[in-house]
Amino acid sequence: MITFENVSKKYLTKHALSDVNVKIPEGKIIGLVGSNGSGKSTLMKMIAGLVAPSEGSVTIDEEAVTRRTASKVAYLSELDTYYSFYSVKETVTFFASQFPDFDTEKAYEILEFMDVDKEQKVKHLSKGNRGRVKIALTLARDVPIILMDEPLSGLDPMVRDSIVKGLLSFIDLEKQTVIITTHEVTEIEPLLEMVIAIRNGKVLALEDVETIRERDGMRIVEWLKKKYQEEA
Amino acid sequence: MGEEFNPSKPIYLQLVDRISWEIIKGERKTGEKLPSVREMAIQSGVNPNTVSRTYNELERMEIVETKRGQGTFVTEEKERLTQLREELKLNHIQNFIEEMKQMGFSSEDMIDGIRTYVTNEKENNA
Repeated sequence: MITFENVSKKYLTKHALSDVNVKIPEGKIIGLVGSNGSGKSTLMKMIAGLVAPSEGSVTIDEEAVTRRTASKVAYLSELDTYYSFYSVKETVTFFASQFPDFDTEKAYEILEFMDVDKEQKVKHLSKGNRGRVKIALTLARDVPIILMDEPLSGLDPMVRDSIVKGLLSFIDLEKQTVIITTHEVTEIEPLLEMVIAIRNGKVLALEDVETIRERDGMRIVEWLKKKYQEEA
Repeated sequence: MGEEFNPSKPIYLQLVDRISWEIIKGERKTGEKLPSVREMAIQSGVNPNTVSRTYNELERMEIVETKRGQGTFVTEEKERLTQLREELKLNHIQNFIEEMKQMGFSSEDMIDGIRTYVTNEKENNA
């Protein structure tokens, strides 16, 4: 369980998060949705221990998030964070040297599943294949929490499909929790078990997706709009 | 990506409907093994926990059986499947009648309509 208690984050005068209270359960794939600049990435980075709260506390299984708990979290950033002059294989070796929980065999298995050539230099890969490499590097870590910031952004439907299939093939929800931010919500809706709505740094709701469908007869996007209107 | 789902009905129930439909149409045979939860999740692009829920529901309905360590199988109880077929028939009739009523047709209109349609179809095929 990931717990945010009265968490605020201020950058100079801007509130990135204000008074966030939310308990994120484990063993689920959870969507984090909200407009640009709503605080999604800040929330993710706090779980990863990359951003510290200005106020309040973030805990994973009742342990405060520090650089040490970061070993429980695999974080796929929106940005490209590898060395482009490495080959895919060298990148895998590099990641294995950085993370003791990195499963090299699994990384190759995922890359093969997604049809990525290991010998290619990262800088020569297509954008889609770079997206696939990032997914492989993230899923190859044997950690309880996987965070993915916009894993589908800017990729064509074929690549998005192979990434979703890769995700479903290589995560283990008995041991892992996955949190995903995306603008392609409708596309991955069947993948999500729960969803967190965030607006202007405030968490508006955490809800079961099947409940939204059954009770409100809505897609996540429509539900999010409704939540935004209620708040405005 | 995956398949389209109706936004106003839980996905686990839509999967229950789909699998029941496949069994009735004979695409999944009596006693046949269903894909594992993970395989089914990958095939349909659906959350594995949702698929588990689908399998639990099908089991509760006694349409499938889970054998420990072996997987989930379509029931071999033919009677249950006959009953399921009847349930689906009733279901479709209900939906049909509901929609026809909304369009303002009476029961007689519906029965006449069906009779005419079936007769025409028979003649066309003859």
